Amino acid sequence: MENLEGLRDEILAAVRQAPDLGALEGARISALGRKGRITALMKELGALAADERRHAGQILNALHDDVTAAIAQRKRELGRAELDARLAEERIDVTLPVRPGPLGRIHPISQTIDEVVAIFGEMGFQVAEGPDIEDDWYNFTALNIPPEHPARQEMDTFYLPGAKDGHRLVLRTHTSPVQIRTMQERAPPLRIIVPGRTYRCDSDATHSPMFHQVEGLMVDESTHFGHLKGCLIEFCRAYFGIEDLPVRFRPSYFPFTEPSAEVDIGCSRAGGELKIGRGGDWLEILGCGMVNPKVLENCGVDSARFQGFAFGVGLERIAMLKYGIADLRTFFESDLRWLRHFGFAALDVPNLVGGLHR
Amino acid sequence: MKFTLSWLGDHLETEAGLDEIAARLTMLGLEVDSVVTRASGLEEFTVARVIEARKHPNADRLKLCRLETKDGEAEVVCGAPNARAGLKGVFAAPGSTIPGLGTKLKRTKIRGVESAGMLLSEREMGLGEEHGGIVELPADAPVGAPVVEVMGLDDPVFDLEITPNRGDCLGVRGIARDLAAAGLGTLKPLVIEAVPGAYESPIGVRLEFDPAQRPACPYFVGRHIRGVANRESPDWLKDKLLAVGLRPISAFVDITNFLTLGYGRPLHAFDADKVAGDLRVRLANPGERFEALGGRTYELDREMTVICDDHGAEALGGVMGGARTGCTDATMNVFLESAFFDPVRTAATGRKLSLTSDARYRFERGIDSAFQVDGMELATRLVLDLCGGEASALVIAGEEPEPRPEIAFAPERVATLGGVQLPTAEAKRILTALGFTVGAGDGALSVKVPSWRNDIVGEACLVEEVVRVFGYDRVPAVPVKCAGALPEPALSPEQALRATARRVLAAQGLMEAVTLSFTASKYAEQFAPVPESLRLVNPISADLDVMRPSVLPNLIAAGVRNANRGLSDAALFEVGPQYAGVGPAEQTTAAAGVRSGGAHPRSWAEASRGVDVFDAKADALAVIAALGVASGRVHIEAKAPAYYHPGRAGVLRLGGGAAAPVLATFGEIHPAVLEIMDARGVVAGFEVFLDSIPAPETRAPSAPPELSPFHPVARDFAFVVDKDVSAAAVLAAARGADTSLIADAQLFDVYSGKGLGAGKKSLAIGVVLQPKDRTLTDAEIEAVSEKVIARVAKETGGVLRT
Repeated sequence: MENLEGLRDEILAAVRQAPDLGALEGARISALGRKGRITALMKELGALAADERRHAGQILNALHDDVTAAIAQRKRELGRAELDARLAEERIDVTLPVRPGPLGRIHPISQTIDEVVAIFGEMGFQVAEGPDIEDDWYNFTALNIPPEHPARQEMDTFYLPGAKDGHRLVLRTHTSPVQIRTMQERAPPLRIIVPGRTYRCDSDATHSPMFHQVEGLMVDESTHFGHLKGCLIEFCRAYFGIEDLPVRFRPSYFPFTEPSAEVDIGCSRAGGELKIGRGGDWLEILGCGMVNPKVLENCGVDSARFQGFAFGVGLERIAMLKYGIADLRTFFESDLRWLRHFGFAALDVPNLVGGLHR
Repeated sequence: MKFTLSWLGDHLETEAGLDEIAARLTMLGLEVDSVVTRASGLEEFTVARVIEARKHPNADRLKLCRLETKDGEAEVVCGAPNARAGLKGVFAAPGSTIPGLGTKLKRTKIRGVESAGMLLSEREMGLGEEHGGIVELPADAPVGAPVVEVMGLDDPVFDLEITPNRGDCLGVRGIARDLAAAGLGTLKPLVIEAVPGAYESPIGVRLEFDPAQRPACPYFVGRHIRGVANRESPDWLKDKLLAVGLRPISAFVDITNFLTLGYGRPLHAFDADKVAGDLRVRLANPGERFEALGGRTYELDREMTVICDDHGAEALGGVMGGARTGCTDATMNVFLESAFFDPVRTAATGRKLSLTSDARYRFERGIDSAFQVDGMELATRLVLDLCGGEASALVIAGEEPEPRPEIAFAPERVATLGGVQLPTAEAKRILTALGFTVGAGDGALSVKVPSWRNDIVGEACLVEEVVRVFGYDRVPAVPVKCAGALPEPALSPEQALRATARRVLAAQGLMEAVTLSFTASKYAEQFAPVPESLRLVNPISADLDVMRPSVLPNLIAAGVRNANRGLSDAALFEVGPQYAGVGPAEQTTAAAGVRSGGAHPRSWAEASRGVDVFDAKADALAVIAALGVASGRVHIEAKAPAYYHPGRAGVLRLGGGAAAPVLATFGEIHPAVLEIMDARGVVAGFEVFLDSIPAPETRAPSAPPELSPFHPVARDFAFVVDKDVSAAAVLAAARGADTSLIADAQLFDVYSGKGLGAGKKSLAIGVVLQPKDRTLTDAEIEAVSEKVIARVAKETGGVLRT
């Protein structure tokens, strides 16, 4: 027991300097193994007197503990080094592109419809729909557009060969027939918006034979022109995300409304670039008015009791303005490059709670 | 509608400036398209006098003109045939910009002779198309004076967009009346002096209609004027017409144009000496021919109104005069017509013959029904003043149309409909200023509509008039709030399905397209028979001649267009209509998609592969699952419509059986269809019929899943089956072997070939056993495995592969 300090130093040095896990295990066996040096000393304890044995036992136990701890420590160090070496070996080029994922997009027209629905939905409007193939009673006559009316002639209507109840079949030239269908089916109060496909027999840089409109209709016993203004000013500002967007109501003419108005929003055309917002200039954006009493009567609604407003917005137009799309026709060309650029992520669902604008 | 500021000033006494007038016009609903000061760009041009014009020494058609200009004498080369000594012209000095050419004038040699400037034509000044010669200014124009003053070009020209209801504003006076009502000045009184008739007109007029057709032309006012000289109009008249883009022709024509533009009152002047017998107004005979001014001949029908004499049709009522009785410079006696023609008939006539005119434009919108005589008196006075002669007594046939009806008007409607509180007196003032006659009292008023406002038919129209003139901008905006604190959902369950389908397909990696609802019949017919009723009468082109029976053809065509641009890996979808017939119920909504080229972009990490039927199937199933249809209710059938590959397509039905609703089709598109559509390679497509998706049930939350604490056990099996045994059958058999223990069975490998024998394949499936109340013993697991093997053998003839 005389030279325990020397033994301790010797064993700990062997442990601490073990170059790898094999050498460390060798050091462990030579110290603590069945034939190890500390084990051997432990075995000698039995031959000692009780007092001496207790004293020597404490010393040996402490030595045993220290060596065990040193081995564990060295094992951790060597394990870490080995791990480091392995990880260094596993290095790869993280600039490699990721595995291909889905690249889908939502078309800007769908996104625009979702935005419009989100805004009017907050004002209590519900989405209504009607067929694309209408007859000319729903598309014109019921809307107070008689056959020889210039307004009917000026619309480039697509016709289908058939007729229903003596009325020629047409592709609807606007979403307004859904006003008629809704008022025939349901009694006021009504608040509907009607996004949908519309058709005109015209095709050039600013016309497409198919385009989209959203119609709005609100009918009850007290809605007046001031409500129409409030509703559409709110809509324009929310849609374009410009709180102080100037909105102007200008007298106009539509056979199905009286009074009628066109709505302009503020813009700037400085330097040939159109910018929506306060800018001293005006841009026409939609048509609206108070529902003509004749239209109400055509739907069997008592015009002495009920009144309200209607409006129609060209969806491509407001999408072009908001998203900087220059050419109407590109909406329907399905060019993948265009769709990728102007499309929206699948999860980018517009709502007013989270804000309409990304 | 074009007019100049000075023309407006003939009718409106106002202090208002140009900008104020323009702004107010727009806010009255008379939208200002432009206000152009024609002087812009012409300010530097001055009056020059040609002292001498002689032939260019080196060019036959050119002349050398020695000019007196504001800077002394100058010599210019000129090609105009009318360049001559004494002429006063428009001189452009070197350094000035020629608007019609867009170039800067330089001192240059023309055929060896230096030209120190230029004499301009109208076209060169940017004023019109006239290029037959240089502009000739009045002889008294002072040399050196700015030509914009001499030519009256500093008078701004308004161009308004008049809505179809405002026929009264197709004359300057109507516009002035609106402005005056809006407080922008005073409408000058219109003084009509009746010209006394010196003799009885030798030409009589008869209206020859059946009583039912009398509205075609209920009223005709005519007048004979003899001893006239149809000469060039004076400058004041020519300038007015030129300013608004009309070419002065002769006094008669110019006077009728002046009445048309100034008062919205179209007139026609017949050469009285060419009229044979009396004038009769009637409906045309079928096939009757009419040669219009300008020489074109039209074939008429029974719906058209003509004015005829003993020779036949001499004018098409409300549309155009005829060639045979037109006035010329030699006309000495004239017969003027100021009649009322039915708007609808006039519009239909013009449209059928593709004949437009300023007269038709006004008649079809409705002219002042009480201005026939006044218009005639104004025109007569002008003819006498400008052309001399003496006028006959008026020739009148028929009666002035009934006055416009009276309308009951409750002034509070301005507030309850128009949304603005306005004193009744102000409403009355506005209506009166617009020409309405308003009854006395404060309650419901009786309002008489002026003869020029055929658009006013009811109380709402009067509200519009009051609010329009008061100012839409002064109506306070009132917010629209939803009825309760929270709105109802804006989308119905069916509409929400479509929105979800869109988002799911975009998440699946497809690009949303919006294609036209039409397609080419040759494509459509590959997908479904197209009934005659869905073929457009007036398609925009032969490629877009039918309503599409399916969304797929347009998507395939879109894929081809992209491939032609080098983008052959296309994944496109559309949620949109398809048409089986013209009825509303025959328009259904499909979520359809196509994939072509590679299934994903080339990648270092994944092997490339082309799209196939399973890509389309995955898309269709993803939509159906997202729309809330439990996978257990979806049955797959290995047959599909003929436009798919017969061996690589399927149908998804809601429940089993041939009568179960079809939820979707999917598959690789038939190569024969692709060939017709010029598509290359494999195209995988699908259609989910959203109207067939069962409405999501509103029901109590479903039972919670059993979350067993015991470890599940997985066992794999490989079965050898006949080649035509479906994987679905094997999986169904395995799942059904012990429904209480087997939680899932999935197929993970398909093998056919060596070691199996012809006509055989091996399907490897993994079965998961989920005990609920204890750990399974080996014996129990073994027992379930035996059940699986037995069941698969019984249902499919499958044998465990060893």
